[in-house]
Amino acid sequence: MPRISSFRDFDWMLMGLVFLMSIISVLEIKSATLHTRFRGFDHKQIGFLLVGLLLMYLISMIDYHRLVDIAPWAYGIGLLFLLAVRLVGTKVAGGRRWINLGGGIHFQPSEWVKLVLILMMARYFWGLAGRRLSWADIAKAFALIIVPMYFVLKQPDLGTALTYLPVLVVGLFLGGIRPKQSAVILLLFALLGGAAWVSGKRLKSYQMARITSFINPDTDPRGTGYQIRQSLIAVGAGGLWGKGTNQGTQTQGDFLPIPYTDFIFAAFCEEHGFVGGVGILLLYFLILMRLIEIAQQASDVPGAFIVMGLVAVLLFQIVVNIGMVVGLMPVTGIPLPLMSYGGSSILFTFLALGIVMNIRMRRFVN
Amino acid sequence: MIPSAKLERSIDRDEKVSANKLHATQYIVVLVLAVLAAGMWRLQILGADSYRVLAEANRVRKEPVRAPRGKIFDREGRIMVDNYPSVSCYLLREQGKDLNADIPMIARGLDLPVDQIEATLRRFASSPKYVPIPLKQDITQDEQAFIEAHRNELPELETFDEQRRLYPRDGFAAHLIGYVGELSAEDLNSSKYDFYQPGDVVGKSGVEETYDEVLRGTDGSRDVIVDSHGKEFGKPLAQQLAIPGKDLRLTIDLDVQRAAELAMQGHNGALVAMDPHTGEILAMVSRPAFDPNQFSVRLTREYWSQIVNDPDHPMMNKAIQAQDAPGSTFKIIMSLAGLEEGVAQDMRVMCNGGGTFYGRFFACDKHHGMVDIEHGIEWSCDTFYYTLAEKLGIDTIAKYATEVGLSQKTGVDLPEEASGTMPSTAWKLKTQHEKWYAGEAISVGIGQGAVQVTPLQLARALGGIASGGVLKRPHVVFPDELPPDMLLAIQSTYPGSGDRVVAITPENWETITDAMAAVTVTGTASAVHLEGIDFAGKTGTAQLVNHSIGGNNLLTGNARANAWFVGMAPRRNPDIVVAVLAEHGGWGAEAAAPLAAQVISAFVNKQRKKDGNVLLTDAPKPATSPAPNMNGVPTAMATPAVHPGAPNAPAVKQP
Repeated sequence: MPRISSFRDFDWMLMGLVFLMSIISVLEIKSATLHTRFRGFDHKQIGFLLVGLLLMYLISMIDYHRLVDIAPWAYGIGLLFLLAVRLVGTKVAGGRRWINLGGGIHFQPSEWVKLVLILMMARYFWGLAGRRLSWADIAKAFALIIVPMYFVLKQPDLGTALTYLPVLVVGLFLGGIRPKQSAVILLLFALLGGAAWVSGKRLKSYQMARITSFINPDTDPRGTGYQIRQSLIAVGAGGLWGKGTNQGTQTQGDFLPIPYTDFIFAAFCEEHGFVGGVGILLLYFLILMRLIEIAQQASDVPGAFIVMGLVAVLLFQIVVNIGMVVGLMPVTGIPLPLMSYGGSSILFTFLALGIVMNIRMRRFVN
Repeated sequence: MIPSAKLERSIDRDEKVSANKLHATQYIVVLVLAVLAAGMWRLQILGADSYRVLAEANRVRKEPVRAPRGKIFDREGRIMVDNYPSVSCYLLREQGKDLNADIPMIARGLDLPVDQIEATLRRFASSPKYVPIPLKQDITQDEQAFIEAHRNELPELETFDEQRRLYPRDGFAAHLIGYVGELSAEDLNSSKYDFYQPGDVVGKSGVEETYDEVLRGTDGSRDVIVDSHGKEFGKPLAQQLAIPGKDLRLTIDLDVQRAAELAMQGHNGALVAMDPHTGEILAMVSRPAFDPNQFSVRLTREYWSQIVNDPDHPMMNKAIQAQDAPGSTFKIIMSLAGLEEGVAQDMRVMCNGGGTFYGRFFACDKHHGMVDIEHGIEWSCDTFYYTLAEKLGIDTIAKYATEVGLSQKTGVDLPEEASGTMPSTAWKLKTQHEKWYAGEAISVGIGQGAVQVTPLQLARALGGIASGGVLKRPHVVFPDELPPDMLLAIQSTYPGSGDRVVAITPENWETITDAMAAVTVTGTASAVHLEGIDFAGKTGTAQLVNHSIGGNNLLTGNARANAWFVGMAPRRNPDIVVAVLAEHGGWGAEAAAPLAAQVISAFVNKQRKKDGNVLLTDAPKPATSPAPNMNGVPTAMATPAVHPGAPNAPAVKQP
C-alpha cells in the first residue's frame, strides 16, 4: 500500500485559485440576482460549494485507479440514467434534463456522465497501451462518446452534449491519432455538418434560430438575438474599469438574460470592466496551467488522461461560454465553470478536481 | 470489448503521455484565452462608448410630469374647483414590441373599445416614440390590478399618478367654469394649439378655456431608470420639476351663485348677476346644466350623445349665448331713447287694450287707461310703447340700443359669447337686402320682432342705465390680478363694447329708475316686492309666435312665451343687477321675477350681515354728473360714516 495521502499533499495552490474563483462567483451571483426573484441564489451557491468541497475531499481519498476500474459500471449506469430521464424526467423550459429526487433536489445525469466519460476515455486509451491507433480504435472511441451524446441531444440539450466532444478530442490527441487520420475525420465532419445545415432537419428550430441570430442579431430582437445584443451591450458598457458591484444597469435592470448562470460573465464584465474580465481569464489560465502541470507530473497514463480530460472540458466550456457572451460564438446554453450558478456544474467540477488531487498526491507513487 | 484495466496496468505501468503534446495544450490554452481577451478588448475598449449609449437608452425613460392645474376660487377665496390625485394608464412604445397584437387584451383589461385604442395610436403615430400615449384616465383599482398582473405580457402599459379636476357636482356653475379635456386631433390642427402636444389637457370651455394659460402651468419631466419590463426602479436620474398652474380667483360670490342655482332649479334658461359698478359677475347659471366631471375624466359616448341630443341644449351657456327677444324689458331702453330724445316726457297715451298702427291692430294685455312714461314702465303698457316706437322710428331706437351695448358682444372674458341682434334700416338692408317698413318698428317697441339679446347684454344695459349710463365690461376674473399683457391679450381675444359711458340726463335717469322701483311695489312685479330692500326692475314676456304678440295668449310647450326679469338693488347706482331668462316660463312677473328677487335678497342680506347692518341705500339724487362711485366702491359696501343712517338702524326702503 502506498503511503497515505494527507492534507499536506493537497495542491493548495490549485485549491486557492479555485477558492478565489468561487468567491468571485458567489459575489457576482449575489449582484446579478439582487433585484430579481432569484435573490438568495448566492447562498444556495455557497451550499453547493460546501457540498462540492466535501465530495472533493472524499473522492480525493480514493485511489483514482479504483475509479478507473469501476468506470465501465459507471458508464452503464450513466446510460441507464440518461434513458430514465427520457422516460420520467422533469420537463423544464422545453428540455427534459432532470430527474426529480424529491425535496427540491434535481439530478442532472448528463453532467455526471461527463465525469464518467473522462474516466472511461482514460481507461480506454490506457488499454490501447500507446500503440498506433487503428481506424477501429478510433471508431470505438467515437462510439463511447456518441451513445450518451445522442441521449443528451434528444433531451434536447445541445450545450451539455457538446461538452462530451472535448473529452473525445483530447483522448484521440493524447492517444496518438495521426495527422492524416484527424484530417480525414475533420473532412467527414465538415461534409456531415454541411449536409445537416442544408437539410435543416438535424437541429431544432430554436437551435437554428440561435445560429441565425448569432450571424445577424437583429433578426429576432426579443428572442435569442435580443440575448446576444443585451450581452454585448452589458460587456461593452462595462468599459475598462466597469460600473462597480451592483451598479451594472444591464444586469440590475434585468436586460441581461439569466445573468447568474449562462450570462454571468457578461454581468461580471459590466460591473468590473475589461480589467475584471481579464482577471478572470488570468485565473482560468493559472488553473488550467496548474492542471496541465499536474498531468505532466502524473505517474501514469490514466492519471494524465483524466486531468487532461478535465482540462479539455473546462477549456471548451470557457471558450463557448465567454465566446457567446462577447459575441464570438452562438448561444449554446453552456455554463461557465466555477462561475455560473448551478449545483450539477459545481459538483462535476469539484468531483473532477478531487480526482485530480488524488492524481497529484500519487505523482510519486510508482 | 474494453480491455481490463487491471490487466493492462501491470504491463504498461511505465507508459507516459507524450510531454510534447501536453506542452502543446499549454499553447492552445494561451491562444484560446488570448482570443477571448481580444473579443473583450473589442467590446470594452474599442466599443465602450457606443455600448454605453445603448445601455443608457435601454434603461432611461423620459416620463412626463403633469403640472397640476391651478385651483379656482370664488371672490372670497372659497374653493370652487379643486384637484384630486388619480392614476392614468399610458402606453409606452419603446419596447420594440408589436403593439397591435396586444390591443384586444388591453381593450378587455381596461374596458375600452378596440377601435378607440387604434384611433389613439394613430393620433400619436407621428409623435416621438418616447412620448407615452395616454390610454385611459382615472382608471379604477381593478384596472390598476390588471396592469400590475400583466407586467410581463403587457410591459408597454404603465401607470402614472396625475392630478385631475374636481368640479362642483350637479352642474353647479358648470357653464361658467367650463371643463378640461384632452386635445382632439382637430384641435391640434388649429393654430390656436400650435405649441401643444397630443395628450395635453387643456381648458375647453368657460373659465378653464379663457384662463388656460394661467391655470395650466408647465409640465415637467423625469428621466427614470426602468428595467427590461419597463418597470421603474431606483431614483430618477434627472428631473425637471413641473411648475404648477396658478390659482385663479373669480369675481363670483359663492353665496350669490348658490342662491342663483337654487332659484333656477326646475327652470330652463339663464340667470346672471353682476356688479354694475365694476362689471364683476357675481353669479352665472345656465340650465339645464351638464356635469363637467364627466368631461374631464372619461366622457362616455352615451353621456355625450345624451348631452348633444338634448333639445334644451345643456352645453350652451345661455347667460351669454342664448339670443332671445327681450320682450318688455326692452321698454327701459325705449324709455331712455324716448326721454333723451325729448319725446316721452310729456307723452300721454290712452290704452284701450291696444292700438292700431299702420293699419294693423297691436294688442296690449290690459286696458291701462291714460298712461304716461312712469306708468308705462310700471304697468308695462304696450300701447304706450307702440306709440313711442312709432314716434321715434327704428333708427333712433337702434341708436340707443346700440349705445347700451345691444347687437355687440359685451366683451365678457368667456368663450363664444353671442352678440344678439338690433334691427335697423341699415341692418335690414344688409342682412335681408330689403327696405325697412315703418310698421315693423311697432313690435320692436315692446322688445319683439327681430330684437335679440343675451341675458348678460340685458343685465349690462339695464344695470348701466340705472348706473347713470356707466357701462362696464363684464368679467369673471379681477383684471388687476392678471399680468397686464395677458389682460390685453384676453380683451383682444374677447372683444366687445367694453367700458363706456352713455350720456343720460339726470332727470331722465331719475324717472326711469323710480319707475323701475315702482314695478316691484305697485307695478307688474309687485308680487315679488322685497320689504326693506330698494328693489327695482322690469318684467318681460317675450312671445315666440308673431301673431300673439302683445296679447294675453302665451301659448304652451315650446311655443310658450319666454319669461324675463331684470332686477337691481338699489334702484340707482345698483350694487347688483340680475337678469333672468326663464325659457317658456310664461309671464315674466310670475316665472322670472321671483327668481331674481331671491338672488337679490340673498345678496343684500349677505352685505348687511357682513357690513354690520349698513343701510342698503338709494344713491344720492343726481347732481351735475350721474356717474356714480367712480372710485369703484359699491355704495352698499361704503363705510357707514359716508351715509347718514345710524350704524344699527334697520334698512328702510326708500320711496
